[in-house]
Amino acid sequence: MKFLTTNFVKCAVKSCDASEKSFPLKYEECQLQSEEQEFNPAFIVSMLDRIDWDALVSVAADLGNRSIPAEKPENIEQNEALLRELHSLLLETQIVEGKMMCQNCGHIYYIKDSIPNFLLPPHLAN
Amino acid sequence: MSRPEEIAPPEFFYNDQEAKKYTASTRVQHIQAKMTLRSLELLNLDPDIPQLILDVGCGSGLSGEILTEEGHTWIGMDISADMLATALDRDVEGDLFLADMGSGVPFRPGTFDAAISISAIQWLCNADTHSNEPKVRLTRFFNTLYGALKRGGKFVGQFYPANEDQIIQITGAAKVAGFQCGVVIDDPESKKNKKHYLVLQAGTSDRPL
Ligand SMILES: [Zn+2]
Repeated sequence: MKFLTTNFVKCAVKSCDASEKSFPLKYEECQLQSEEQEFNPAFIVSMLDRIDWDALVSVAADLGNRSIPAEKPENIEQNEALLRELHSLLLETQIVEGKMMCQNCGHIYYIKDSIPNFLLPPHLAN
Repeated sequence: MSRPEEIAPPEFFYNDQEAKKYTASTRVQHIQAKMTLRSLELLNLDPDIPQLILDVGCGSGLSGEILTEEGHTWIGMDISADMLATALDRDVEGDLFLADMGSGVPFRPGTFDAAISISAIQWLCNADTHSNEPKVRLTRFFNTLYGALKRGGKFVGQFYPANEDQIIQITGAAKVAGFQCGVVIDDPESKKNKKHYLVLQAGTSDRPL
């Protein structure tokens, strides 16, 4: 799973829908891998609009990266160095194994072979 | 031939052997590719902006590969671990989620520019167990899909309805969730080639439907 996806995925349990604590999930015991991807600056720019920067900073910290600036950078279109950094963080950083915990209900979602398991036990589904 | 929906739930029907067989069939590949391209045509996305797309029931990534070829980034979800394992083997570009669409689309509001689904949503109409009530699952799916799309974002889903009643159930649940809703039928006269596409839009957009 790409780091980018951590900025979008939230708890699937219905009773967590209305809770602000169901996003972002809390990442624990994660193994990361870097996988080269084609650099597409237009995609990064269009993603930045919808990125929740606070969530990005906190998930990066969960994964041991505390070097992300606290504020979302502005006017990045012309800043190729920054675009490349974001490309490497968002698209090339993969979580291959690990746990994601909902900070509202405490449910743990496991990532195995890069695939997060969102199948809910019957008492949590629907 | 009986419909796979009548044999077993998807996570059992598409076991390791079925997943490999399905994915390797050139006939399946050809049909899936054609339906994916048709779905993209119905989505009518802005070709100048690379998009983030959700693929519901992504299977082994046959449709995802076309999204990649078209320059899009995608996230796929599927209930069959074996289908997803086949997708991993084939090195697809998209992120893969093992998830049941009937328990919802687990992404925060406004995540996706658009969503597609090829040959999957009719499964929502099946009641495999007492807890799997189709109405509850359809409602959960469409409500959360609506939320996960950006305003004006579209969903196009090719599906195989077993009968007219399933079309009514599906479009009914989509409308209740707030979607503008239509069904496009290609080759309506041909029993073999007839294809249904559910076309939904979450709110209004300046791009034509
Ligand atoms: Zn939760």
